[in-house]
Amino acid sequence: MTEKKGPETWQEVNLGCMVLSPGNASEYHTGSWRDRKPVLDTAKCIKCGICYIFCPEGCIVQNESGYFEADMNYCKGCGICAHECWPGAITMVEEG
Amino acid sequence: MTKRAGMEIAFAAAEAVALCKPEVVAAYPITPNTHIPEHLSDIVADGRINAEFICVESEHSALSACCGASAAGARAFTATSSQGLLFMGEVMPIVSAMRLPVIMAIGNRALSGPINIWNDHSDIMSQRDTGWISLFASNGQEVVDMMIQAFKIGEHRDVLLPVNINLDGFQLTHVVEPILFPEQDEVDQFLPEYKPYATIHPDKPVSMGTLGMPEIFNEAMKAKDMALINSKKVILEIWKEWKEQFGREYAPVTTYKTEGARVLLLTVGSMDETAEVAIDELRERKVPVGLVRLKLWRPFPSEEIRKAVKGAKVLAVMDRAVSCGGAAGPVCAEVKSALYGEQDCPAIVNYIIGLGGRDVTVDDFITIAEKAAKAEKEKPKEAYEIYGVRGS
Amino acid sequence: MSSIVENFDLYAPRLVDKEEYFSAGHRACQGCGEALAIRLMCKALGKDTVIINATGCMEVISSLYPTTAWRLPWIHVAFPNAAAVGSGVEAGLKVLRRKGRIADRDVKTVCIGGDGGTVDIGFQALSGAMERGHDLLYVCFDNEAYMNTGIQRSGATPFGASTTTDPAGSASFGKKAWKKNVPEIMVAHNVPYVATACHSYPLDFMNKVKKAAKVKGPSYIHCLSVCPTGWRLPPEQCIKAGRLAVQTGIFPLYEVEDGRYRITVEMPEKLRPVEDYLKIQGRFRHLIEEDIKIFQERVIQEYNKLLEKIRSLHSWSELKG
Repeated sequence: MTEKKGPETWQEVNLGCMVLSPGNASEYHTGSWRDRKPVLDTAKCIKCGICYIFCPEGCIVQNESGYFEADMNYCKGCGICAHECWPGAITMVEEG
Repeated sequence: MTKRAGMEIAFAAAEAVALCKPEVVAAYPITPNTHIPEHLSDIVADGRINAEFICVESEHSALSACCGASAAGARAFTATSSQGLLFMGEVMPIVSAMRLPVIMAIGNRALSGPINIWNDHSDIMSQRDTGWISLFASNGQEVVDMMIQAFKIGEHRDVLLPVNINLDGFQLTHVVEPILFPEQDEVDQFLPEYKPYATIHPDKPVSMGTLGMPEIFNEAMKAKDMALINSKKVILEIWKEWKEQFGREYAPVTTYKTEGARVLLLTVGSMDETAEVAIDELRERKVPVGLVRLKLWRPFPSEEIRKAVKGAKVLAVMDRAVSCGGAAGPVCAEVKSALYGEQDCPAIVNYIIGLGGRDVTVDDFITIAEKAAKAEKEKPKEAYEIYGVRGS
Repeated sequence: MSSIVENFDLYAPRLVDKEEYFSAGHRACQGCGEALAIRLMCKALGKDTVIINATGCMEVISSLYPTTAWRLPWIHVAFPNAAAVGSGVEAGLKVLRRKGRIADRDVKTVCIGGDGGTVDIGFQALSGAMERGHDLLYVCFDNEAYMNTGIQRSGATPFGASTTTDPAGSASFGKKAWKKNVPEIMVAHNVPYVATACHSYPLDFMNKVKKAAKVKGPSYIHCLSVCPTGWRLPPEQCIKAGRLAVQTGIFPLYEVEDGRYRITVEMPEKLRPVEDYLKIQGRFRHLIEEDIKIFQERVIQEYNKLLEKIRSLHSWSELKG
């Protein structure tokens, strides 16, 4: 059963307001919340994964080169990754 | 073959539930319904059913545990009365909103203030709007039959709503009556295994009990309301099946000697049978009175009420609860709503009787019928009267 | 484990299960420690888990119909009854498995609640469930106030903290009572595995979750969850605040197995002064030297009580005749 977006008729509301698609909250992009974003300096990054572990959104993903980068669709700009990054490879930069 | 046994009705209710093979029973004792969970715990301890009996630490937890069990896909049952029902009150509308077919037996008892352990309907009347299917039993046979029917009704794919069966505390729970019990294989044939719509299990993860913003809440409530309204159709079908299989007939509203009656009494619960004796006596004296028995409380059978009272001049509605400061007692208010705007609507009088377990006798019903008859000519001064209260 | 190799914590994160059972797109505040803790807990639990969630921050931000951030089976019923609903789920799954109506494999029942839903309004249900010995894990995500409804005082609010229902003012310094010690109460319920944890020590937390989930009976984890919004500190200091709570001895990380106590992370030789922790949070900003002194003394006393328990208490399994 597909989840519908927007107002549904009462007949279309899922039984008991159940949600049948696990994790479909990912359709909502929280990236619009932030006012600053993390910028990674790959020269300093030691690929330890600490930023990945401490991200409350779980939006930091390891790319093919092994560097951990935040998904800008979800990053709320909290700055935890930059604060915890041991080699200081992440800087928070104001976004326009 | 059906077997006949003389049994305390609370024990009989437990036996009926056991025939339905519940999988989780979570209950907290409260007089006068305690014998129901007690007997069920005996049944579980003896291994007669394959179930878990959770001795929860409160009624709130009892209904919550049943919720969890039902969501996991198990057939769940609980029982309570009065203050216990109020304590689980927070969870009542949630169970129906989540469309979990939890079954409950309520041994109707007065709500406190002052604390009173005896029979009246104030407990169930406080839960009118919670979205549960609600039935009233008048005697032990009805308790047993309705208990089994409840599981089938609640679990029906077009219903999926919780059901409560109301039996008067002490007046029914502690009374011994001869009852016909269906055999296990007969119940197995009537009531198939519970097939939930969805369950919380990793094989197919779902989220239940989500947050409903204003944008969706109206629609969600409409869906629940329609489910309750449409359940009547299923209830009638299931009653038809019951008659075919077991020979006993059930209807949302039943009547007794109403042909040509000018005055009708409307009763709910075990008072039905006392009123019947009064009707018999009055009819002996050629007084044209009859009885209307309300069996299905939710969804409210407006159509059946209208049909049952047609032709009468006065309808005396009995309530076993007061709606303090209200326009009428709970049952009377609903009956009046159902009859509003009807052509040739009878004059309606409302008697609040038997609060807190006060006995209501055959003579009381005779007096009520005689008083009610006067209403044909003279409208009563008050909207409702607490019958028999001392002091003017 | 973290004491064997220095900075081991820095390198092991790469080895953690990459599966996200708590999806991004949830509506938690920026820098929410609780959301992080939930995410870590789910990684430790894996997919054969059923989550029962009390009303609170996590329930509200994760389950806005028609979306859900949960990739695990999840149910929310009401505020006080996570443990009661969990009892029903556990019993239901047990019977269904016995009857062969569901797959014959272990599925863990995990109840989660905030400090409101665990320490205060949910306390009765928690106590009942733990006393009955259901096979369920209860994790309390403690952000030390009723955060979801706007930072009101709870039994878990620390001494001296200002909350919206027990605020600091000219006639009061905020909460006068000490934080309710629920882990100790759980030990008194004979819960075989009880632990305190914090998301700032992620591997310690996840290992405790794994350990607790293996218990065939009740288990309890109390996870301190930093709330930058309610504690009034910048979101990026979330992890640092948790670390300080541990290193000052205010929230020591320990586990109790069958009554035997053990501290599970390396503690500094000398505990850091509580002021280091209090001064970075707006909710403690009003405290004067005198209040901080009382706070410090009590922390030392509580910590020494813990050390004494570690020293003197034996495992219950040793006590069996």
